[in-house]
Amino acid sequence: MKVSRTWIGYGLTAPAFVWLGITVFLPLAVMFYFSFMSRMPMGTAEVTFSLEQYASFFQRDFYRFLTWRSIMLGAQVTFFCVLIGYPAALVLARTVKGRWREAILLLVILPFWSNALIRIFAWTMVLRTDGVIDQVLHLLIPGAPSIGVLYSYPAVVIGLVHSFVPYMILTCYISLQAIDDSLIEAGQSLGGSNLTVFRRIILPLSLPGLLVGVVLIFIPVVGSFMEPRILGGRDGIMLGTVIEDQFTEVFNWPLGAALSFTLLGIVAIILALAYPFLKNRVKVA
Amino acid sequence: MSTVDIQQVTKTYGEVYALDQVSLTFADREFFGLLGPSGSGKTTLLRSIAGFVTPTMGQILVDGADVSRIPTYKRDVGMVFQNYALFPHMTVFENIAYPLSVRKTKSAEIKSRVERILDLVQLGGYGSRRPRELSGGQQQRVALARALVSRPRVLLLDEPLGALDRNLRQHMQIELRQIQREVGITTILVTHDQEEALTLSDRIAIFRQGKVVQVGRPDDVYENPRDAFSAEFFGSTNFLKGVSLGVQGGIGAVELPDGTRIFTNRALPHSGSSVTLTVRPEKVLIHREQQPAGTSGSQWNILPANVIQPVYMGASVTYQVSTPPSTFSVFQQNRETRRFEAGEAVKISWLPQHTVVLDD
Repeated sequence: MKVSRTWIGYGLTAPAFVWLGITVFLPLAVMFYFSFMSRMPMGTAEVTFSLEQYASFFQRDFYRFLTWRSIMLGAQVTFFCVLIGYPAALVLARTVKGRWREAILLLVILPFWSNALIRIFAWTMVLRTDGVIDQVLHLLIPGAPSIGVLYSYPAVVIGLVHSFVPYMILTCYISLQAIDDSLIEAGQSLGGSNLTVFRRIILPLSLPGLLVGVVLIFIPVVGSFMEPRILGGRDGIMLGTVIEDQFTEVFNWPLGAALSFTLLGIVAIILALAYPFLKNRVKVA
Repeated sequence: MSTVDIQQVTKTYGEVYALDQVSLTFADREFFGLLGPSGSGKTTLLRSIAGFVTPTMGQILVDGADVSRIPTYKRDVGMVFQNYALFPHMTVFENIAYPLSVRKTKSAEIKSRVERILDLVQLGGYGSRRPRELSGGQQQRVALARALVSRPRVLLLDEPLGALDRNLRQHMQIELRQIQREVGITTILVTHDQEEALTLSDRIAIFRQGKVVQVGRPDDVYENPRDAFSAEFFGSTNFLKGVSLGVQGGIGAVELPDGTRIFTNRALPHSGSSVTLTVRPEKVLIHREQQPAGTSGSQWNILPANVIQPVYMGASVTYQVSTPPSTFSVFQQNRETRRFEAGEAVKISWLPQHTVVLDD
């Protein structure tokens, strides 16, 4: 009986896994294959297979510099997402009740309803010199200097934080609202001030959600190209935009693929290094 | 240790009175049970003492000082929650050490005190376990140890044994009482389980709709319930409604609607007023003879009855019988040589001192 039920479970979930396997691994495998080519397989020139595309990553400082920039961007955006998202989730999960909570949660996921590209271009309207922010500022203080930050690094960070902070709010919210009220009451009744209760009970118990949010944000931000390209101008050159260039402008897919996999490898190494620290924290959940 | 004084505490939620002018005094080292159905206000009172609920009006004094408006963590209470509320990310040791470490106790002292209290609750050697690795009874003991370790002034127990199975609950009741005596701490228990309240409490208060109906020793409340609510809530009972005929020679008589006269040696309202009487099932004898065995039958209340249904429970049998005035429940120890069958004509009888007169 037990065995047959297990097999029914496998049978029912198999299509999903097969579908995922095909859609995720097949394109990746094709790209992996591309990354070893010496040049685009077009025309009559002969394509050879080598590690030369990967080698160029290590031979040119340019790529290492950009990788570092992308990782720093990922770290900074993730940091601001935690800074904004966690307190928002905390208030939402522990203070706001009933209808209001539903309404605010809806607002949090509202950005998902609109196209990402449109959201980014909307930011250009807001952030550019003499944009919405500047106009409001000039309304309040006539003659104030422009604080438009479009085509700068801060604009990229603002745009990315805006795109990704809902993930942080949602993952933190889920783990925060799962904390039983009685645990917090116990923490207080046993002599813990609000700060102590937060530090010793709420934060450790919500850490799994926080870490999931961090991973969920850090990885795509490191490889992001849309926000840096549209909002960053010259300051927006990241490894992500360079990879995009290889596919859309330069038409050097093998190099683009090799850079992608290198970035994937670096992110994997970062997560692997962090894993021992995370494992102990997350074990509780 | 400490006394707790509840003075005229009222808590309203909109139009609803969760607590309505409740005044109670909990004596030093007393084990006090708050008893009542859900929504009667007993939990609200406990949570007011803990500081999770701020009274709309009134004061809560601990050792004479009003604590009703200071935050929970400054109140120096220990609380055991219904679901234990053990911190899942901490070991047993860390859980019990929490109240000490938030009070900035030195780690050497924390270690010795946690180990001592683990021994007290018979969990020595369990310090490195996680709460979820423990059984329900063990979790319960950890929760108790955690609440006691900082030697708080008051111990608050919110249905602490509700999640345990019957055998374990009875065992833990005895243990809880022993530990409470040993530590000598003023303890306030919320429960809807009358047996638990009886076993544990020095005194109890019965709550109904935000008000205290009756306060007293468990046996006193049981033997002398003040009104129908406390009679019925605290144990099962039989009710009779009739009209007072007044008291003569120390014996009062009440006439039931069918003309039957019931005697009581308790105070009765003046002749002609309607009264409600109650008799506990175990005070009533059931027999075939005219009088209860070994008595002359004088002064006994004796009613003819028909057995509706015997309910056999091993150590005892509870008979549902019909009498002219009403249906009666009669509890009998399973010591008799024969039992009565459904449909059998019998007599039921009880002494006048067991006819309790209730307030209407």
